[in-house]
Amino acid sequence: MAAGRSGAGGAYVMGVFEHPTRKAVDRSIGQLHAESAQAALADAGLTRDDVDGYFCAGDAPGLGPLSLVDYMGLKVRHMDSTETGGTSYLMHVDHAAQAIAAGKCSVALITLGGRPRALGMATGTAPRVYSADAPDVPFEFPYGFTTANLYAMVARRHMHAFGTTSAQLAWVKVAASHHAQHNPHALLKDVVTVEDVLASPLIADPLHRLDCCVITDGGGAIVVTAPEVAKSLNRPKVRLRGAGAAAKTPDGGRLDLTYSAVAQSGRRAFEEAGVTPADIKYASIYDSFTITVLMQLEDLGFCAKGEGGRFVADGNLISGVGRLPVNTDGGGLCNNHPANRGGVTKVIEAVRQLRGEAHPRVQVPGCDLALVSGIGGQLGSRHGGATVILERE
Amino acid sequence: MYLKPRRAPAPDRTPETAAYWDAARDGRLLLRGCRACGQVHHYPRTLCPFCFSADTEWRVASGRGTIYSYSVMHRAAEPYAVAYVRLDEGVTVMTNLVACEADEIRIDGAVHVVFHPSEGGDPIPMFTPLRPPG
Repeated sequence: MAAGRSGAGGAYVMGVFEHPTRKAVDRSIGQLHAESAQAALADAGLTRDDVDGYFCAGDAPGLGPLSLVDYMGLKVRHMDSTETGGTSYLMHVDHAAQAIAAGKCSVALITLGGRPRALGMATGTAPRVYSADAPDVPFEFPYGFTTANLYAMVARRHMHAFGTTSAQLAWVKVAASHHAQHNPHALLKDVVTVEDVLASPLIADPLHRLDCCVITDGGGAIVVTAPEVAKSLNRPKVRLRGAGAAAKTPDGGRLDLTYSAVAQSGRRAFEEAGVTPADIKYASIYDSFTITVLMQLEDLGFCAKGEGGRFVADGNLISGVGRLPVNTDGGGLCNNHPANRGGVTKVIEAVRQLRGEAHPRVQVPGCDLALVSGIGGQLGSRHGGATVILERE
Repeated sequence: MYLKPRRAPAPDRTPETAAYWDAARDGRLLLRGCRACGQVHHYPRTLCPFCFSADTEWRVASGRGTIYSYSVMHRAAEPYAVAYVRLDEGVTVMTNLVACEADEIRIDGAVHVVFHPSEGGDPIPMFTPLRPPG
């Protein structure tokens, strides 16, 4: 008997698709969303006309759900555009399940698409603002804060507090590269060593170039359905067992960089699912930077706070080698970080693992329970944490 | 590597925080304090983020603190250091570390505020290591 999430029978992730492009000079943003949607629906055995709920985040152009409902010709009765950066899509899975349980929709489509690489965007290293009139901007933007140096300050504080080393952080990238060599679509397929990471140029110290995720164009889509729809489909059923969300900020100046919002989102997800970290067979952990993974592994309870450096070292995240296979598609560090947002691809690889459809060289045997966790926005200032626990039925 | 003061983009003045920038012109660092709960916060808000009281006021900060964390940005036309500085008043502010060698910077190192011009706007509070006199 399936335990975990209460509500009217739960919800199922029945279709996923990761767009194969990594540089989309010949495609529009709308097209990336729609091509991903079409393929994810086909994966589920559904069609565009079955969709009655639609979810998108800040990568959606124009009026978000309105612009893309228009572009794709959707007829929906429920919409959600929760925006917490790259982790929005994990929250969308949770919100889709809530909407399904409330009877607001039965086939929820979540899409992402974007082309920062085609646009030559300096995603992590150019100071930028999400909205010039945000109240924090005058007190932060003039100083040249970027995604890279905000995450770097977290890494520096972690090193100071717990003795974490750059070599330990590098193991996160090494593990990702071991997985990416088997992914024909991965942007970076070469296996790298700790020495390679440490020899790559400093971007924002202590983070090196190979501590940072790739910049790619692309798209992705997820289809979440009601139980009765899932039963009617001839596909492996992946059930949402638990989910949690949280926000963490500089908190009026009471800043503490040694933990993330995932400390709360993870606890909530584990409580709802009724499982513990020891039960998890595979984990997709958002890897915008190497430090992002290390921080979440601690905050999720896979190891004690401060032990993340030792936990990730020596190949412990490599499938078939270590205790916890993480990001077996190569993750954001090697495979794909479409539209500067890694949440969708994190869910997709977890679903592949639970279906037994990951690459045979990285497939986790008997993978029946997987965790997806992410941090969107800036780990070093304000960010959203989201954690989703999925099980194969 | 010597870290020169950055010429920062001008901060946007808003009615809510104009006094902060006026004080910066006079070389004073302000914090917003709350008369209801007694706490100071940053960045400044009219409503206290800790107790949500509107009974808030400006207070002059000592301008001294210690480095909580920092990063030297190498991927830039000229390297610069961003930092979180924990002020003696207990709040942590986002800033730049300037007018020092990169290898002078360390976590817990003592710093004090210095004001530098922005591009056509109000001066910006930055921090530099506190050096013993002489």
